[in-house]
Amino acid sequence: MCLAIPALVVKIEGDTAQVDFGQGVLRHVNISLVDTRVGGYVLIHAGYAIQTINDNEALETIKLWKEILSKEIE
Amino acid sequence: MTEKFRFREPELAKKIARKIANIAPADELIKFCHVCGTHEWSITHYGLRSLLPKNIEVIAGPGCPVCIVPASEIDEAVQIAQKGAVITSFGDVLRVPGSEKSLLEAKSEGADVRIVYGLSDAIQLAKNEPNKEFVFFAVGFETTAPTTAIEILKNPPANFSFLVSHRLIPPAMELLLGLGDLQIDGFIAPGHVSVIIGLKPYELFPRVYRMPTVIAGFEPNDVLMGIYMLLKQHKENEAKLENEYSRMVKWQGNLKALDVMNKAFNIVSSNWRGIGRLPNSALKLKDVFENYNANKKYDIKVEQGRDILLGCECHLVIIGKIKPNECPMFMKTCTPQNPVGACMVSSEGTCRVWAISSELSFL
Ligand code: SF4
Repeated sequence: MCLAIPALVVKIEGDTAQVDFGQGVLRHVNISLVDTRVGGYVLIHAGYAIQTINDNEALETIKLWKEILSKEIE
Repeated sequence: MTEKFRFREPELAKKIARKIANIAPADELIKFCHVCGTHEWSITHYGLRSLLPKNIEVIAGPGCPVCIVPASEIDEAVQIAQKGAVITSFGDVLRVPGSEKSLLEAKSEGADVRIVYGLSDAIQLAKNEPNKEFVFFAVGFETTAPTTAIEILKNPPANFSFLVSHRLIPPAMELLLGLGDLQIDGFIAPGHVSVIIGLKPYELFPRVYRMPTVIAGFEPNDVLMGIYMLLKQHKENEAKLENEYSRMVKWQGNLKALDVMNKAFNIVSSNWRGIGRLPNSALKLKDVFENYNANKKYDIKVEQGRDILLGCECHLVIIGKIKPNECPMFMKTCTPQNPVGACMVSSEGTCRVWAISSELSFL
């Protein structure tokens, strides 16, 4: 139930935004718990955005993993 | 967002699994505990346990927010519904057994009980039907609690109130450490709870209990990486708090969410199904929001309920003491079609996750 899914913010009207979960289907969600903008990604849980997502951070994670994994010799 | 697929990439998974095998001790049994239904789903669905050395186990703690709602609170919802108010909640909540009946059974007897995707949908229903009374049965951990909080602060319609059953995860983790006969060598902390609460509430686990703790995401490689990081700490005899899910989880959490939670709720002691009373483990509406408190509005308070049916081992499954298939009823008298206990009812209950997953291997 703590499932949360990333979505793209397409349009903002006050506390509500239209977001795209990737299939082109738009859904209205509440965005009052985050600071976001059109074109940004947010993490949606039960109809509410609970976090903003920065694509760079995903890249950073992968970089970090590579670092950790390469630290020891196999 | 293309990078997201790397979090599922089989080649990377194999590499992490090899690393895990390399640093795992030869025969010492090691148990890591997660406390999140979504983690259990990932681990089971992607067959991650089969990638680990035999002596590295991952056990599931109390991570299903629907499973741990005590029967007494289901009974309260049922009684409110029987008084004529419309009860709204998440789908899973409806099927959870109360002492006598579930909300779904109350519905089949004529009560008005409706499934919603989230609280905002429930409020919309109340606005559309102003001559009916609506109650939102607010179940969930810290991930969900801020959504309740923000709506309470925004003056919901007068025909709307809340039956608040929110619970907090860190007190449940602390309880597990107090159960002397339960082996835990590290915590995989829940990613989406942590999005809200940040890292600070977990600091006591390494500091006070010397328990390695890693916050992990939900893609298969996130979970494997979390296990690797814990194992590494174990090997180096360290106990640290680390964040594998830094792309979503910030040190301070979501400050807006924490702020609305502070404004709407007080932290109180409360019962958890199968576990009992836990200090400082639940949220309760502040007195200023009394008008929105369904317990007050309908004058209903159930102190004691019947949490566990005879023969059901949910209380042991919930704390990770036994695996679902160690319960004699698992897949015999208790199935997803005919669930006996809350752990088989909810889609995040450990018994149900085990029942419906065929251990798909993603490699
Ligand atoms: S299999 Fe069914 S009866 Fe057994 S512990 Fe799980 S929910 Fe309870």
